[in-house]
Amino acid sequence: MNVKHYIAARAAKELKNGDIVNLGIGIPTLVADHIPPSIRVFLHSENGILGVGPSPDQDQLDPELVNAGKKPVTIKEGSSFFDSASSFAMIRGGHVTVSILGVLQIDAKGRIANWAVPGKSVLGVGGAMDLLEGSKKVIVTTMHVTDKGEPKLVKELTYPMTSERKVDLIITDLAVFAVEEDGLQLIELAPGISLDEVRQKTDAPFRIAESLRTNEVTV
Amino acid sequence: MNKLISYEEAVKKIKSGSRIMVGGFGLVGCPLGLVEALAKANVKDLEIISNNLGEPGRGLGMLVRQKQVKKAIGSYFTSNPEVVQAYQEKELEVELIPQGTMSEAIRAGGAGLGGFYTPVSVGTKIAENKEERILNGKKYVLQEPIKADFALIKAKKADQLGNLIYSKSARNFNPIMATAAEVVIAEVEDVVEVGQLSPEEIVTPHLYVDYIVVKGGN
Repeated sequence: MNVKHYIAARAAKELKNGDIVNLGIGIPTLVADHIPPSIRVFLHSENGILGVGPSPDQDQLDPELVNAGKKPVTIKEGSSFFDSASSFAMIRGGHVTVSILGVLQIDAKGRIANWAVPGKSVLGVGGAMDLLEGSKKVIVTTMHVTDKGEPKLVKELTYPMTSERKVDLIITDLAVFAVEEDGLQLIELAPGISLDEVRQKTDAPFRIAESLRTNEVTV
Repeated sequence: MNKLISYEEAVKKIKSGSRIMVGGFGLVGCPLGLVEALAKANVKDLEIISNNLGEPGRGLGMLVRQKQVKKAIGSYFTSNPEVVQAYQEKELEVELIPQGTMSEAIRAGGAGLGGFYTPVSVGTKIAENKEERILNGKKYVLQEPIKADFALIKAKKADQLGNLIYSKSARNFNPIMATAAEVVIAEVEDVVEVGQLSPEEIVTPHLYVDYIVVKGGN
């Protein structure tokens, strides 16, 4: 099983018919491949598109049609184009229903860091802070630990925080956490993953939901 | 009232030390012909306001490579490693602004506003030196407007008056930058007679546009 596609498929289950959805770079981009055909959602791209479609075939590439990751895209019927100020007014103004974002770290309160790495020159923020501030619901999708095996869910952020706003849901290759008033709550385990493994690889404290279950998402 | 000029005439207006807005999201919607003409001109110490600084040696990346840029104001420069290098070697100053705050600051600049309070970046490193204010129980930071001496923008089509329409996601920062600079120069693919663009489709009305250069033309 491709774990990144598993994470994306689990995230896609959160989407509802009619949602306006902004997908970040990385795993979030894969969510588009897992949206159930029974619902219709509209993908917003902060460089000025509502109604983003799938990637084009090589012979259909249009250099003036890219997403926020600067990758070629297509548009769906009913799509529209707008300038950057309008696009971010949509985001900040709460008109984007769900943003699905990648993350470097998440703290015990559900606040995230996803724009800068300590010790490196901080030369890019892009739309990360705007999306976090304005989206009605924020879902983060991430591998549970870094490439070096370090937990990404930490007691306190050591990377610069992106926003004081907490995210709503955290989906990793091992588990799903809801962010509640009092902190993180483990609500699901990925298929084949034990509670012990999640405990071992999570630095942030979390509560275990009474309804904890193993989800049945497969890809 | 002829707004059509050549690339050379356009670039002659720009002096060293100018503050210049340049449209585009990466290379998409960037007025590449004007930037190339600027790279050939003997101007330096430029202050560039643009979301990114192109790619290594491409678009605004050319100006970085030739050390013509003194300061860059934008949201995302990490996509060009030469920018990171120039910054580390202290050849380039950088002011980082969240993309939505930047685009709104340019809009505010063009709309005659003294600034605005935004919730974006509150409590983060970016807001460290910004005035914070609580309005209706929520925290905001003050963002001042952004204006420039010049705006170099890219549009798909102009009419002879300077009304502009854009192409797809190449629109991005161009229409707002058209409102926020003393001198606005638009690079276009094509110029049509007045009346050939529908009033309903015009995105940038001509009053914002000072000069037009036609892509590939002289």
